[in-house]
Amino acid sequence: MKNRGLLLYALAYLAFLYMPVLVLPVFSFNNSEFIAFPLSGFTTRWYAGLAADSAMLHALGNSLKVGAATALASTLLGLLAAKAVTRNRLRGAGLALGFISLPLFIPDIVLGLSLLLLLGAVGLPLSLAAVVLGHLLVCVPFALTVLIARFEGFDPNLEEASADLGEDGWMTFWRITFPLMLPGIAASLLLTFITSFDEFLVAYFLSGTEATLPVYIWGQLRFPERLPVVLALGAIILTVSVALVICAELLRNRGVARPRVGA
Amino acid sequence: MAIGNSGKGYVLLAPTLLVMGLALAAPLLLLAVYSLHDQNGLALGGWTLAQYRAVLASAGYRSLFLRSIAISGLVTLVTVALAYPMAYFVAFHARRKFAWLIALTIPFWTSYLLRVFAWKIILGFDGVINSAALRLHLIDQPLSLLLYNPFAVVVTLAHAWAAFAILPIYVSLEKIDRSLLEAAGDLGDGALRRFLRITLPLSLPGVIGAAILIFVPTTGDYVTPELVGGTKGTMIANVIEVQFNSVGNWPLGAALSLVSMAMVAVIAALFVASARAAAKAAR
Repeated sequence: MKNRGLLLYALAYLAFLYMPVLVLPVFSFNNSEFIAFPLSGFTTRWYAGLAADSAMLHALGNSLKVGAATALASTLLGLLAAKAVTRNRLRGAGLALGFISLPLFIPDIVLGLSLLLLLGAVGLPLSLAAVVLGHLLVCVPFALTVLIARFEGFDPNLEEASADLGEDGWMTFWRITFPLMLPGIAASLLLTFITSFDEFLVAYFLSGTEATLPVYIWGQLRFPERLPVVLALGAIILTVSVALVICAELLRNRGVARPRVGA
Repeated sequence: MAIGNSGKGYVLLAPTLLVMGLALAAPLLLLAVYSLHDQNGLALGGWTLAQYRAVLASAGYRSLFLRSIAISGLVTLVTVALAYPMAYFVAFHARRKFAWLIALTIPFWTSYLLRVFAWKIILGFDGVINSAALRLHLIDQPLSLLLYNPFAVVVTLAHAWAAFAILPIYVSLEKIDRSLLEAAGDLGDGALRRFLRITLPLSLPGVIGAAILIFVPTTGDYVTPELVGGTKGTMIANVIEVQFNSVGNWPLGAALSLVSMAMVAVIAALFVASARAAAKAAR
């Protein structure tokens, strides 16, 4: 059977995708400082060690702040730009979109170090704000793609009808555009937050003394005895993100299934 | 009027263009300016093309560029080839497509750094593969040739970028009009001919998109070669980072960045053009 062969291939491929991801939680419960086989018994002490690691918690806080600021700013910028290119016939819209999408085709290391040069040239210090600026480059193209798709997915006549019935621009936005865009906005916030939260290289160049979580983890990878704690944190992050993704997908489907207009 | 005047559109577009201009265009211009200067102690010296001459004339940099492109090219090929049957299965045979797509994307929500690090655990001397093979008496000694070489880089990147191949290929397969396949079947084409004459050509846009999405960023990847590549798996980004952080020759690092970006852009454009031409010729 041809289909059975394909199914077996699909399962093998799934195993290839999951093997590295499952190795992390396994070693986070392993009662040894060495990340090597054979396993040496079950422990939760690495998880207990997490709570006491103030440097890591500080880095986690930094990443949450940077991720939230990046998600809000890139989604807002994406929303404005997506509305402009889908609802207004603009000359040069293609060119503008190409320019905004350019960071997708530039290696992260070049984005990071060229911003480093700029900050040095204008005399601004390395900081979490600089990291947010760098992350905007990476995240705005994603936000724009998600939001353009959503704008194209609903009927502009709804906005027109609202205007015809006497609502001004702001009321039309709040009562028609925003509720209809909400699933797209939520998807954009989630995608940009996760992208920023996980971004390493740009933050490595721009964060200065305030490490984000990936920058902190990178530093820990050199100290083998610190690794089990890092793996415990990785396992927690994985669990939380999987829960978030599944919630988001359920929400998104609900949003698609019940398109409701108005407040 | 739903379609507002274009003036309002430009106002809406302005903040995004301003931020991108400030954070993208200005830094890239500055990078170009740096690449055209000498390093004079800690400051910039005079204008010169010396950095480009140094990059282009050196056999060491030439082999570094070639190796980076060869590794990324191989990563692209392996990732797309492995992902195609997977995407094909989901698009044509899976009963619960949505569940499969979720299952295929979940591994990518783990920290990128930790995913790459996990391959170090799998391929390492005391790693998963060596322990399993020893236990099964397939080998007497742990293999040391699994880690710290280009092979480890290719495996790790093929894993890290899998979603970027599966999703575009799946989308292009899903869009194929199933009645075309039925028509070909009715006219006597077997499964293989149907695949080669209809499914494969119609899914090429997804394959080309996936290839570009993977090839371009992986040539500039830093983390994977640094963690699993060893000295034989060093790529462009690692050398650029050394110029900036350890050697302190910023103009040379800037020139290396721009030359590698230009090279990748040319290769990607040539690839897209030739793939489109080949797709046209096949039709």
